[in-house]
Amino acid sequence: MTARMIDKVWTGIFYAVAAAVIGLLIFFFAVVLSKGAGFWQPEFLFGRPSNTQAGGGIGPQLINSFYMLVVTLLLSVPLSLGAGIYLAEYAKQGRIVGFIRLCLETMASLPSIVVGLFGLLAFVTLTGWGYTLLGGALAVTIINLPGLTRICETAILDVPSNIKEGSLALGATRWQTLVKAVLPAAIPQIVTGVILSAGRIFGEAAVFIYTAGLTTPMLRWDADWGSQANPLNVFRPAETLTVHIWKLNSEGIVPDAKLIAAKSAAVLMVAVLLFNLAARLASSLLARYFSGGRRARPGRGERSKAA
Amino acid sequence: MWSKRVKLGLAALLMTGVLAGCGQTENNNAGGNEETPKKEETYSGTIALAGSTALQPLAEEAANAFMEKYPDVSITVQGGGSGTGVNQVAAGAVQIGNSDVPAAEKLDDKSKASELVDHKVAGIAFAIVVNDDVNVDNLTTKQIQDIFNGKIKNWKEVGGPDEAIHVINRPASSGTRAAFEKTIMKDVKINDSIGTVQDSNGAVEQAISSTPGAVSYVAMSYLIGEKKNLKTVKIDGAEPTVENIRTEKYPFWSYEYMITKGEAKEEVRAFIDFVKSEEFAPTVKKMGYIPMTELE
Amino acid sequence: MQQMHTKRRNRWLEEYIGRTFAVICGWLIVLITVTMIIFLAVKGIQSFTDSGLSLSDMLLSAQWDPNGTPPKYGALIFIVGSMLVSLGALLISAPIALALAIFMNFIAPKWFVSLLKPVLELLVGIPSVVYGWLGVTILVPLMREWFGGSGFSLLAGIIVLSMMILPTITSIAADALANVPMAYMEASYGLGSTRWQAISRVIVPAAKAGIATGVVFGLARAFGEALAVQMVIGNTIKLPSGLDSPTATLTSVLTMDMANTINGTPWNNALWTLALILLLISFFFIAVIRLVGPRKEG
Repeated sequence: MTARMIDKVWTGIFYAVAAAVIGLLIFFFAVVLSKGAGFWQPEFLFGRPSNTQAGGGIGPQLINSFYMLVVTLLLSVPLSLGAGIYLAEYAKQGRIVGFIRLCLETMASLPSIVVGLFGLLAFVTLTGWGYTLLGGALAVTIINLPGLTRICETAILDVPSNIKEGSLALGATRWQTLVKAVLPAAIPQIVTGVILSAGRIFGEAAVFIYTAGLTTPMLRWDADWGSQANPLNVFRPAETLTVHIWKLNSEGIVPDAKLIAAKSAAVLMVAVLLFNLAARLASSLLARYFSGGRRARPGRGERSKAA
Repeated sequence: MWSKRVKLGLAALLMTGVLAGCGQTENNNAGGNEETPKKEETYSGTIALAGSTALQPLAEEAANAFMEKYPDVSITVQGGGSGTGVNQVAAGAVQIGNSDVPAAEKLDDKSKASELVDHKVAGIAFAIVVNDDVNVDNLTTKQIQDIFNGKIKNWKEVGGPDEAIHVINRPASSGTRAAFEKTIMKDVKINDSIGTVQDSNGAVEQAISSTPGAVSYVAMSYLIGEKKNLKTVKIDGAEPTVENIRTEKYPFWSYEYMITKGEAKEEVRAFIDFVKSEEFAPTVKKMGYIPMTELE
Repeated sequence: MQQMHTKRRNRWLEEYIGRTFAVICGWLIVLITVTMIIFLAVKGIQSFTDSGLSLSDMLLSAQWDPNGTPPKYGALIFIVGSMLVSLGALLISAPIALALAIFMNFIAPKWFVSLLKPVLELLVGIPSVVYGWLGVTILVPLMREWFGGSGFSLLAGIIVLSMMILPTITSIAADALANVPMAYMEASYGLGSTRWQAISRVIVPAAKAGIATGVVFGLARAFGEALAVQMVIGNTIKLPSGLDSPTATLTSVLTMDMANTINGTPWNNALWTLALILLLISFFFIAVIRLVGPRKEG
């Protein structure tokens, strides 16, 4: 009877905690969206920013944030996928994996500003590029790698071993098994993870201040490739939306700096929300495509072999 | 040690004053040349600026105006702080380093400092600001010193309400704080273990307007136009106006510097001259800085 | 015949290239980490080699006065501040995260899980600038009302940070719990235990190593977080006298002063040493938790 009661009480506590977290998020969204009301106006979303007059937009910053995201993902997804594969499939378990994991955890604990200053030295000064979008993407890749690698590794390890064993039994090489059997099964989980880490790239600020800079050249879509005005040129300075918020909040002297910052924050929140929906959609579509809706749950056996 | 530093700083200040003076005469010459049609030249190339966040909005605005005038020039302005500005220009990564203080004051190594040339491009005034609930309009320099030193802890000691004073400082490396220490605090030390520290003008504004009994200092460029929602306090009876600064009634101001390594290239020189020019002065003023044309 | 032959060769070539790629990626992580550590070590050690500061002064003195005569670079305040704020955040966050992870895996109905998951993922996605901003506009005034003073406080930093690391710990802990075989649960039920008994006595102990990993990642993130904490903690250079007292952390002083000091000056060198100390501390905690975590499992 008492054990039953305790069980009930704990169940209640769990529900309360979960409800509180959901309530907290709704509260955050309500605050940010209400303070940044009006962020959906096209003249704000696509307009040019102004240094002196009220009513400036965030067009270039929005482009920069998305482009930065694309470039960073192009750099960090293959890398972390490779590292995840190595950790899950090839590395000798024990010492080496332990060491790499220690490296990953150390890397995860590096403060953004230290990575930013490292980036300033390595990608801005040493390469002679100056403040560039590519430099920013490289620096944020360093921040992003630990999380993404863990996601890839877990996703691969979570693939049921019968898939792997079946493929190997048919005479496939390890790599073939990986590419043809394991990765397809792991992809839904990887995609979700990638899109979610996209949120962190989108939200990073400190690193970009020192590597991608605080301004954007006047962008023209008709500019030629080498020109800094070409939006797709990765060798140009690129102020992202978060950096814009940071700048407006810290030293912005536009009369409506606070409002623009609040609206930009609202845009960021909505963007994060959209990423999430996209992740959900992509992951469920991919899951259906690759595994015909099979819901795989790994048993302890596969894990213990890996650990 | 401290006095040595001050002396050094003063010497550097004098030096830069002389240098800036030289720059100024050259500037006049250039201005004179402009009237002869032959010298009405166009500039091309790229200029990169980095550094002081306080100077950044002005530099950006100047860059836009300059690029409109000379479309072949491409200018990018980055922030990062005064230290970054000096580092970057010393490393040759940018052509101009923006700084709130002269390069010599930031560098310990004098041989490095001699490579760098300071250009004064504008003045910037600062104001003592307080929370709305503090009904004090004027503070003497001595009172301000005692407040930030921690000797005065309640507003009633300076004729205000019976309310605890909450001091808000900028970080020790901030240019605004350097100006505050040099022009107001002088030999009195700021007590860092009281109150709080905020990282930027914006953060100070936020903290001042929400914290009862708060007092701090912000740049006037931050207080212009519709942002005038912070309550400013007179210092020794003087308001932070250009007239008061020129007649030395208002002490709390400083120069903003653009720093180049060695002699500046033609387009860099032209850009720096443009920032200081009569032509750009109205914009400087509108943005809450003090044009060089009004400081001579 | 010929075709089959090339096919087989391609297979092994593929295997070889694929394997090489994976190995390179794996070791690249090590390379990047080692590069960063060397970079930090070289920079951080200059305080002692070039600027003549003493290590013991730096670690044990609470006197930080880089503008003073003579300048003083004691980092004790920041070290204590960083530890208190990170461990404090962990104290709040880890139990909640564990509760959420258990809830999602064993208790919540499906629809609730599909609601909770995106909520956590959205919490990860909120940029630290926005967390800081929410902290300054909502939390700090609240603290002021409760405790008086300015509201900028250690507790404000702890609360903001705990929200930021909650999703990290939760998702890793949830993964760890999901990997515990269903059979454990069933066996426990079979012995007549309630759900709570099964969870608390069988499932959680079985997943301890994974949960510890989550805690490590959360702690690591807490140590490295800069902007949001800096915005709410007050940055006063003194040891905190209580939860409601403002203080400073390693990251907050780094963010504020690093960009305004010049390479090679003692001040700048001292800041790099702080960054190195930060790394060493988180290194230490990671090592401790890794040693403690899995061992308890057996």
